[in-house]
Amino acid sequence: MAALSIRALSKRYANLEVLKDIALDIESGEFTVLVGPSGCGKSTLLNIVAGLDRPSAGTIEIGGRVVNDVAPKDRDIAMVFQSYALYPSMTVRQNITFGMECRHVPKAEQDAAVANVAKLLQIEPLLGRKPSQLSGGQRQRVAMGRALVRNPLLFLFDEPLSNLDAKLRVEMRMEIKRLHQRIGATIVYVTHDQIEAMTMATRIAVMHQGSVQQFADPDTVYRYPANLFVARFMGSPPMNTMPARLEAENDGPVVVIGAGRPDELRLRLRGYDAAAPFVGRKVVFGIRPECIAEGSRTFSREAPVLVEAPVELVEPTGAETMVLLRLGGEPAMARVSPDIRPAPGTSAAFALDTRRICLFDPETERLIA
Amino acid sequence: MSNAATMRPGRPALPEWVRRLPEYLMIWVPLLLSAAHLVSFSLWTIWISFTPSTLVPVAGWVGLRNYSAVAASRNWQIAFDNLLLFGSAFVLLSAATGLILAILLDQRIRGENVLRSIFLYPLAVSFVVTGTVWSWLLNPGLGIQKLIHDLGWTSFKFDWLIDRDMAIWTIVIAAIWQSSGFAMALFLAGLRSVDSDIIKAAQIDGAGPVRTYRRIILPSLWPITVTVVVIQLQFAISTFDLVRALTNGGPGIATQLPALVVYDLMFQRSLLGRGAAAAVLMLLILLAVLLPYAAWRYVQRRRAAHA
Repeated sequence: MAALSIRALSKRYANLEVLKDIALDIESGEFTVLVGPSGCGKSTLLNIVAGLDRPSAGTIEIGGRVVNDVAPKDRDIAMVFQSYALYPSMTVRQNITFGMECRHVPKAEQDAAVANVAKLLQIEPLLGRKPSQLSGGQRQRVAMGRALVRNPLLFLFDEPLSNLDAKLRVEMRMEIKRLHQRIGATIVYVTHDQIEAMTMATRIAVMHQGSVQQFADPDTVYRYPANLFVARFMGSPPMNTMPARLEAENDGPVVVIGAGRPDELRLRLRGYDAAAPFVGRKVVFGIRPECIAEGSRTFSREAPVLVEAPVELVEPTGAETMVLLRLGGEPAMARVSPDIRPAPGTSAAFALDTRRICLFDPETERLIA
Repeated sequence: MSNAATMRPGRPALPEWVRRLPEYLMIWVPLLLSAAHLVSFSLWTIWISFTPSTLVPVAGWVGLRNYSAVAASRNWQIAFDNLLLFGSAFVLLSAATGLILAILLDQRIRGENVLRSIFLYPLAVSFVVTGTVWSWLLNPGLGIQKLIHDLGWTSFKFDWLIDRDMAIWTIVIAAIWQSSGFAMALFLAGLRSVDSDIIKAAQIDGAGPVRTYRRIILPSLWPITVTVVVIQLQFAISTFDLVRALTNGGPGIATQLPALVVYDLMFQRSLLGRGAAAAVLMLLILLAVLLPYAAWRYVQRRRAAHA
């Protein structure tokens, strides 16, 4: 059953179109992450789903019921806000029970629900405190408790981790994911952080300029980005992209980077049949940094594709070494083993994983193969 | 050589005290002058209140005689009772009016800026003007009563200004008109500082507007309420020009207030000692309001620093 269906939804403010023809179907139990740079419309979309904002056109169904004209409180949703939005004059317990109080839930039932949620989130000792007496992480938990206690059809998270410091963010990220695995809730989660999207989502909707660029599981989004925007937005550092030409040789297509230059790079493609119509034309060549590694690395059982490339910059991070090099004159980042430190200004041998190359149409910016 | 290198060219270094001269002149001189005036004249008034001074200040010691005379006078007793009534009615009603105006303005209405200016504008009017205008409006033969009579409703009666028991309420009305806009501005700032996400959260929790205001928004306004009450109270205690222009303490002495008593004793009856005693009593009433407020602010700030 679709927990949430969004059809042909658009939103405009005066002359500004912030959401264009959005269509999403989210299955029950899914953890969907809406990710995109700021201003892409993801928070507006979440507010429209919550009923805090009205769409200009289109329909929203929650649990099979069209909710366009249903008040937020009757949509069977709960929301966690970036600022946590805890009621400052109430204790943690009152914050959690306020919704039930509004719905006239009997007191005994309220107490049982609070006890349950407090145990789940380990916030029992905090129940008597005011939000101002809590740390950021504790506030985050209370905000989640307030959402969980409602046991809704749909959880909405609006950048809930953005206000936490880096260490706590990683902890809470795991905790939210664990929570999802335990209670199997349907979650729509908004973030601008592509790592949060990759680590938590069962499906990712990448948004840009008011429309969904790609809606797929994290592996697909990462491996087969639908267009150049997704390729460059997902992954850190992002996918290397550079202009190239596709040429035909006797045994299949070859992608040529820096054609005509002395350091021209020619890479043979296997299994890229979809690229056939582009032979003899310009393409955008894309390769993830981890698909360029030190020369001794083997990516498959076949003989590795080795290239000699000039090294410009070396960034050791401890877990790996990032190397800025040039492929056919175009800059590219490589992710090599931590103990490998090629000297800048020299040339070194690098192994390429040519099975994972992406080719994009330079006109439409869409993925070719 | 090294000296020349460290100096910026074309900019002779000034001694510290010369560079900070504007600061001293602009802050310390006026501060010291006003503090000296305030403190020295307050001390002088306190001293006078213990002397038998009448038309001119004279030395001598009469102990608390001036105080007992003032406290026993009917004039002061009425003034003090009036202050209690006027002070509490004015403070509560102007805060309530200001809060209601602020809540209404907070509903994202059109023309908010215009309305806000209109409500705030009376604050820019001098109390004497307010008093005079309201004395015309409330004058039965001139103002509202006459207007209604002229419209044909001749049995209408609104003569509080000349009614011994109700005259004090005319001052309350004029004072509310003058300063509820100020309360409104403070409350509106408070309402606007409530995080909009909190209101969205309440909406999702299913709280209606009344419950949202009562349980979530208004509780967050109480520090502002304290500030409003204290500022309005100290205004109420020192009210002089408004009453002087509106009723001049009358009819009879029905709207007498402490500041009018001080003025009356000092400059109309030439009883400097008693006037000073009444002034010191006023100061004590003010301190009774301001000291707890200062203590509260101190505690708040310490708590904020610890949080």
